Amino acid sequence: MSFVLTEEQRAIAKAASDLVARRAPVAHLRALRDSRDPVGFSREVWREMASVGFAGIGIPEAHGGSGLGLTELGLVLEACGRALAPTPLVSTVLLGAPLVLAAGDEALRARELPLVASGERVIALAHEEGPHHAPTRVTTRAEPHAGGFRLTGEKSFVLDGHVADAFVVVARVAGEADDPRGLALFFVEASAPGVHATRLHLVDSRNAARVRFDGVTAAATLGVPGEAFALLDRVLDGARAGLAAEMLGGADEVFARTLAYLKERQQFGVAIGSFQALQHRAADLYCDLELTRSVVLEALRAIDRGDPEAARLVSAAKARAGTTFSRATAEAVQMHGGVGVTDELDIGFFVKRARVADVTFGDSAFHRDRFARLSGF
Amino acid sequence: MSALDDFRAEARAWLEANCPASMRTPPSSDDEDTWGGRRATFFSDDARLWFERMRDRGWTAPTWPRAYGGGGLSEAEGRVLEEELRRLGCRMALKSFGIWMLGPVLLEAGTEEQKREHLTGIARGELRWCQGYSEPGAGSDLASLGMRAVREGDHYVVSGQKIWTSHADKADWMFCLVRTDPSVPKRDGISFLLVDMASPGISVRPIRLISGNSPFCETFFDGVRVPARNLVGREGGGWAIATSLLKHERAMIARIRDARAEAEEALESIAKRVLGEARGEVADRVVRAELAQLGIDVLANKLALRRAAEEVAAGRPAGAESSMFKYCGTELGKRRREMRVRLLGLSGLGWEGEGFTPAELSATRDWLRSRASSIEGGSSEIQLNILAKRVLGLPA
Repeated sequence: MSFVLTEEQRAIAKAASDLVARRAPVAHLRALRDSRDPVGFSREVWREMASVGFAGIGIPEAHGGSGLGLTELGLVLEACGRALAPTPLVSTVLLGAPLVLAAGDEALRARELPLVASGERVIALAHEEGPHHAPTRVTTRAEPHAGGFRLTGEKSFVLDGHVADAFVVVARVAGEADDPRGLALFFVEASAPGVHATRLHLVDSRNAARVRFDGVTAAATLGVPGEAFALLDRVLDGARAGLAAEMLGGADEVFARTLAYLKERQQFGVAIGSFQALQHRAADLYCDLELTRSVVLEALRAIDRGDPEAARLVSAAKARAGTTFSRATAEAVQMHGGVGVTDELDIGFFVKRARVADVTFGDSAFHRDRFARLSGF
Repeated sequence: MSALDDFRAEARAWLEANCPASMRTPPSSDDEDTWGGRRATFFSDDARLWFERMRDRGWTAPTWPRAYGGGGLSEAEGRVLEEELRRLGCRMALKSFGIWMLGPVLLEAGTEEQKREHLTGIARGELRWCQGYSEPGAGSDLASLGMRAVREGDHYVVSGQKIWTSHADKADWMFCLVRTDPSVPKRDGISFLLVDMASPGISVRPIRLISGNSPFCETFFDGVRVPARNLVGREGGGWAIATSLLKHERAMIARIRDARAEAEEALESIAKRVLGEARGEVADRVVRAELAQLGIDVLANKLALRRAAEEVAAGRPAGAESSMFKYCGTELGKRRREMRVRLLGLSGLGWEGEGFTPAELSATRDWLRSRASSIEGGSSEIQLNILAKRVLGLPA
């Protein structure tokens, strides 16, 4: 599998960037924020994305999807990242749907996946319980009840949690927090009694919620209770790589805007981009971006080809995406000068997104640590 | 099976059969390299055998035409061969500035007569070449070079000085930049000349570096007569040739350093050995995080090189990315050398003699040597200038 895009992949990338430019430029996110939109994304735009197949990437054709891989989904995410377009791609297409696909029974898959592919259904992952990504730090309990399970616990950071139609909930059937053994996955309808979602207003204006489960009866058990961690971590890796692609798009766009400004802004009678102090910083940032792009693309491809090194590549990609995106936004603000810290300019939206995206699914420090562990040191 | 798969199988079988076992281990020092030339020396019989077999196969310059001593391979086959060489861990059978730098230029801009006269000798390692670019007054501002070449009949008479000439003391020929016309803008008066180092009037003095080695020389020209047929390209057309050659040089510097680094004890293993380990992890958490960042950056750089190669193979025009790889590769190399010395502590600061292993002494010398990598071949700052202007389009 090569770095060079196939014709089909180029067509997907173009379709995605055209659609995003037309329907969801940064002004779209700004409007949602300013109007305090209760949903936090546009269902209409999402259905349009679904109609061209973006919501069904990763879902088999038998269930209404396109059967394409993470490499293709990465192209769509990168395009969305350029415009900071808010969609359920991460919550549902990278997390909810793959978990249902991998561990749900045939009836659940046949019911849920076509609805995801058509943009009608948001399935969120209810996993994190603290302020930092800690995949095994789960204390939500699952107790056997009437032939199924009853869930009790609170989730701190559920993407699209307040608008989800259903949840995949990570809960513990055995062991203590931090034990990778004893975890289980459950499918829960958002309408089930005892589900309480509170929207979180994060700095990046994207959707997240705190969700409490008060003795909620799970609609289905996904996979073997107690042995969910391997699958969860594998799906999380897809989400980490996918999010890294989104971050790459954001970093690339904010860098492009900065370059344009360096060429246009005049001070001392010349374009400020003629100053070597700024040129060297821009050129170094360009190299940073190119290296990050390479490792992000390779991580997506490694997952698609089932490479045993995939997890290590994913951590390298997410770590670099985090630092590169943050750095690109910090330089963007500084090089834009005063106007860079105004809300009127879009740059601030990128600054804020970079932070939240870094923290999501493990920040750079988390992934450096994981990279070291997976590399044997 | 595609034709390329056939070639891979054939190359693999040939290398398995012909690369001596000792040539499949990493060299422990630069002294073990084979450089060829009239005064060629070989570190071992295996080194000689490996060189001769690769030379006779044309694989010292695999993608050059057979007519000029090359292997006649396509670019794609050349990449497959490189992969197979790397897979087996084969040493480079012949290191050569002629192959890496001058050859591509002659293939592009040389006359048929020049190609016939020089390429075969280069490919077969019969003549060793050095590069005469920098001068005391022309470092980063290379175009301001002043070594004069005055046309007298069918000769040029060359006078002046070159500096930082790698291995000039061991080279048979030099390709160099000379000023043929001081009256025009500086880039327009430069020509590209091939000079036999045995010519009367040339003297060479090695420069001792902080590493204790002397890979670079000062080279003095005093009325040296060079046949006019040794001019490559047109008179005054040397700058374009020089910049095209610099691209090959940058790519080469990035590649060579990488190969050397692969041969050494991994930094992670040194860290565990020297700083201790806990549950299989480097005990010092700060060092461990730094090692992880370095490992991630090295991995990303390697992938970026591969991506660029694949894109160029697929038809994207090769651009100024050689500046990026020269910059990133040498800066990363310095970080690795710095880290190695830091991890080793006092053991990484031995200069010579008793009390240190050869690997420890190499660590010291390599650390010092690495400081030159981001200066030679266009400093990091020059690479950033090139990227800013040619890739990012920032104004002058």
